[in-house]
Amino acid sequence: MAADNVQTLTDGNFDETVLKSGGPVLVDFWAEWCGPCKRLAPTIDALAGDYAGRVTIGKLNVDENPNTAFKFNVRGIPALLLFKGGQLVDQVVGLQPKENIKQVIDRHL
Amino acid sequence: MSTRHVVIVGSGPAGLTAALYAARANLQPLVIEGLEAGGQLMLTTMVENFPGYRDGVLGPDLMAEMRAQAGRFGAEIVQGNVTLVDTRVRPFVVRTSEAEYSARALIIATGASARMLGLPSERTLMGHGVSTCATCDGYFFRGQEIAVVGGGDSAMEEAIFLTKFASKVTVVHRRDALRASKIMQDKARANSNIAWLLDTEVEEIQDTGKGAVTAMVVRNSKTGARAVVPVSGVFVAIGHTPNTSLLKGQLEMDANGYIVTHDGVQTTVPGVFACGDVQDHVYRQAITAAGTGCMAALDAERYLET
Repeated sequence: MAADNVQTLTDGNFDETVLKSGGPVLVDFWAEWCGPCKRLAPTIDALAGDYAGRVTIGKLNVDENPNTAFKFNVRGIPALLLFKGGQLVDQVVGLQPKENIKQVIDRHL
Repeated sequence: MSTRHVVIVGSGPAGLTAALYAARANLQPLVIEGLEAGGQLMLTTMVENFPGYRDGVLGPDLMAEMRAQAGRFGAEIVQGNVTLVDTRVRPFVVRTSEAEYSARALIIATGASARMLGLPSERTLMGHGVSTCATCDGYFFRGQEIAVVGGGDSAMEEAIFLTKFASKVTVVHRRDALRASKIMQDKARANSNIAWLLDTEVEEIQDTGKGAVTAMVVRNSKTGARAVVPVSGVFVAIGHTPNTSLLKGQLEMDANGYIVTHDGVQTTVPGVFACGDVQDHVYRQAITAAGTGCMAALDAERYLET
């Protein structure tokens, strides 16, 4: 369902795609049973368009990939974690307007 | 920018029912969804008291149906969070961060949002053990001991739901009597994984230093005795506050910020109608919200004819 420029992240490809990436990566932790996550999905798709080529944007299903969620102490979704140079540099929890998320991303560009 | 017949702000059962009726009356309504699109039902699981669904329906599925039904008759539904509403000018003005709309009639269906305890630690630990959405976050507390704060139907529903994951759920309520309906109380009382801390207020959630919930400090409101209760999650279900901050000073509201309606669902500004939880702190049901949404569309239609 995700737009073409939104990466599907898993426990298997997380290190390669996110932690070993030089540039900023925004990861949306979500699940099928999470209503607010579904509400946030179009915003994530739009952000992937806005930041194409500058920020990698990916989605990680916490149901299918519990290890990554556990590793970063995600205990509430939707949660957006921003990584840069393999480090967690910022995060936003809960449903947020697009402008708020942009502000967080722009702080790290 | 052409002036719309009617703009509906909010997309829960009230807003979407208003949209359905307004669309069928050929008013080509525009619905601005808002941040919490779909409303409170998006946070629920099974809805068992919406007429017509004898086996129950999932809250998000019900909202998807309502949205599609309104769309089928031509309601235009846009994403966006309203940042300004001006009911002092004609036509009325509604602004989002992306666009500005004008309308001859306005239907306010912005609903109510979860109330928080107001503790600084609660904000810091949001998403790290503090939650207002059991259906979203219960999953992360498998086999752990957690608390639900509140004594109403939503608190009972959350506590019961959370026992599917947590090994023990403690309900913390500041009075000794619960506000919840008898059927919900009985269901919760019968659940052996639910413990009760009544006459008790949460004073603090620990541990902000660790960035994770480890315990809550509670105080017995009768004896004043304090205790530290180890929990790894705190779910806050202490009611709702109406989303009316953008309308302060423009429409009559009660002391708690709910819009006052009269003669159906008219507000104190002719041409502005309010429906759903934004004007109802008594019934607060999907079906009553839908009912008042219908009333708002019919009232708006009548208003536009005159």
